[in-house]
Amino acid sequence: MNKKGIETLVGVFVLLGLLGLLFLALKAANLASFGNNDSYTLSARFDNIGGLKQRAPVRSAGVNVGRVKKIGLDSKTFQGVVTMEIERGYEFPRDSSAKILTAGLLGDQYVGIEPGGEEKNLAPGDMITQTQSAVVLENLIGQFLFRSAADSGSTGNAAPSPAPGPAPAPGGKK
Amino acid sequence: MTNPVASLGNASLRWLQSLGHAAYFFAALVKHAPAAMRRFGLVVAQIHAIGNRSLVIILSSGLAVGFVLALQMYYALVTYGAAESLGLVVNLSLVRELGPVVAALLFAGRAGTSLTAEIGLMKAGEQLSAMELMAIDPKSRVLAPRFLGGIVSMPILAILFSTVGILGAYVVAVLLIGVDSGNFWSIMQSRVDVFRDVGNGIVKSIVFGIICTAVALYQGYETKATPEGVAYATTRTVVFSSLGVLGMDFILTALMFSTP
Amino acid sequence: MTQSSALKTDNLIEIDHVTFGYDAGRTILNDVSLDFERGKVTAILGGSGSGKTTLLRLIGGVHAANRGKIRFDGIEVDARNREQLFAIRRRLGMLFQFGALFTDLSTYDNVAFPVREHTDLTETMIRDIVLMKLNAVGLRGAANLRISELSGGMARRVALARAIALDPELIMYDEPFAGLDPISMGVAANLIRKLNDTTGATSLVVSHDVQECFMICDYAYLLSSGGRVVAHGKPEELNASDDPEVRQFIRGEPDGPVRFHYPAAPLAQDLGLGP
Repeated sequence: MNKKGIETLVGVFVLLGLLGLLFLALKAANLASFGNNDSYTLSARFDNIGGLKQRAPVRSAGVNVGRVKKIGLDSKTFQGVVTMEIERGYEFPRDSSAKILTAGLLGDQYVGIEPGGEEKNLAPGDMITQTQSAVVLENLIGQFLFRSAADSGSTGNAAPSPAPGPAPAPGGKK
Repeated sequence: MTNPVASLGNASLRWLQSLGHAAYFFAALVKHAPAAMRRFGLVVAQIHAIGNRSLVIILSSGLAVGFVLALQMYYALVTYGAAESLGLVVNLSLVRELGPVVAALLFAGRAGTSLTAEIGLMKAGEQLSAMELMAIDPKSRVLAPRFLGGIVSMPILAILFSTVGILGAYVVAVLLIGVDSGNFWSIMQSRVDVFRDVGNGIVKSIVFGIICTAVALYQGYETKATPEGVAYATTRTVVFSSLGVLGMDFILTALMFSTP
Repeated sequence: MTQSSALKTDNLIEIDHVTFGYDAGRTILNDVSLDFERGKVTAILGGSGSGKTTLLRLIGGVHAANRGKIRFDGIEVDARNREQLFAIRRRLGMLFQFGALFTDLSTYDNVAFPVREHTDLTETMIRDIVLMKLNAVGLRGAANLRISELSGGMARRVALARAIALDPELIMYDEPFAGLDPISMGVAANLIRKLNDTTGATSLVVSHDVQECFMICDYAYLLSSGGRVVAHGKPEELNASDDPEVRQFIRGEPDGPVRFHYPAAPLAQDLGLGP
């Protein structure tokens, strides 16, 4: 095996490694969404963000429009502040609302944006004012028990609330 | 009654001494590495001998591990209705752990033993002494290029292992089992971080490369110049490399991945 | 043993009251003194374990003597001084017992190795040098063979070509005749003498083959298994010596000062017949 041949093969080897790395970075991880130039920031305040994590998707009508960039706590109002990166090209009216929803029963939580009806759109850096916090399972169970206790005490014929399935508490485990 | 104590003390002292000897050897490897960088042709030849020649076993093992992971994880996940996350689970397992670790163990077995035997036989055949008497330092000319070759090859092999594993898992999950292709990739993309998961995996594989190559070279260099000596040395290479890799894996995982 | 008296011509190598052992318990060389004249072929004879090969290693600076000094061309060899060792080793070439050729390189590349490493000559000049050296040992036609394709005798000749590639002042031969057939032995002996005379180098031949050595050497030292110099002199002098140890070695007598029987109890006692 002469020198040129060896060098070529090693070049192929290194090239394969780089291609593998590119594959892992782009297809299998989140590098593709690191395009800061094509996105703008929006923020929203929630009483309870539940199990929302950084880089959770932001969806509207089920379509991915962005990612959660940062999660912080407002020390004055003690609300959770979620900073989101939305891809340019998707714009929402100023009275749109943001909800923290769960993908499936046990899936991860994401931010869902429902468009409002105003003419003017949210500008980069704006805050979404209408928000709905995440559903906290303990509260839901508490509500259900409280309501069914109240109902059985009064009419005995209350419409049953949807029963929460046997699921681990959201926001706890991945 | 003092005899067992004395022999234990002796053994500990000898063990400490060989540990120090090994540390000196490692320091010498590092010291001669820059000189080897200047003679890059030697390093390239070693990357070929170490990396290219290990491709077959790494790729086939990666594929097999990817297949098996997909199958096994599917049965666990489908119980909780989370089969769509199969891609994510396979990816994280491979990129964070199995890619670097299994590739390192295979590397120790294939490339490590080959290095040990080669250096051991060179020592037995007095080739290293001949080089010294020609006023050429064998550590620069023979050992350091192999050291660098191993450090460069190991991360590439680990990356390829993970890549092929994920592709193999895709074949099983999407084409055979019927997991949704879009979900397979998008859930993976949303939860796997380039720097935290892929990057840390690469850091791990670099550390493993250093360990496996250094152990292999040391065992070869210190072996007794007999056939049995070389045989024992290759066995020790595999054992110590594996222990070193698994031990460092524990430490690195704890450092890198302890907080979610 | 006697210190060599002042010689008329100067010595390239002087071993001055050297004692050496690898561990504290085992002394291999015991207060030995030898001188090697410039331009001459000097043989170091002795049985196995008499420290002959160790002497070569000490001259090359691989180990440091426990006591005593070794001088190369008047410079004291310090095994710890890397620059000095580098300079000394550029001036010597060593032929190892089984060649010690680099098995991953071809014959050509083996001979070219020291030239490539130590000089900046172009490939054309290196080619000329390599082919000339191979020609000197009679193997110019084998330049493209791989090391595994060479016979034992051929391998040693290639190793010799490599050892003289940089025209060293000192050529050391470690058991050059061991394991060779009569023709190859004759070839080797002839080469050693011819090289020494045509290049003006100094040759040290370590061997236990008395006959071949006496045919080509100018002077010889005989070491005993205790690591001492038993005798030294020109071949004719040693042949005529009365010393029983010298006679036993040179004539190859099975029993003499070096006993045939390994120390043991009397035979009668071992067979259960004695007291």
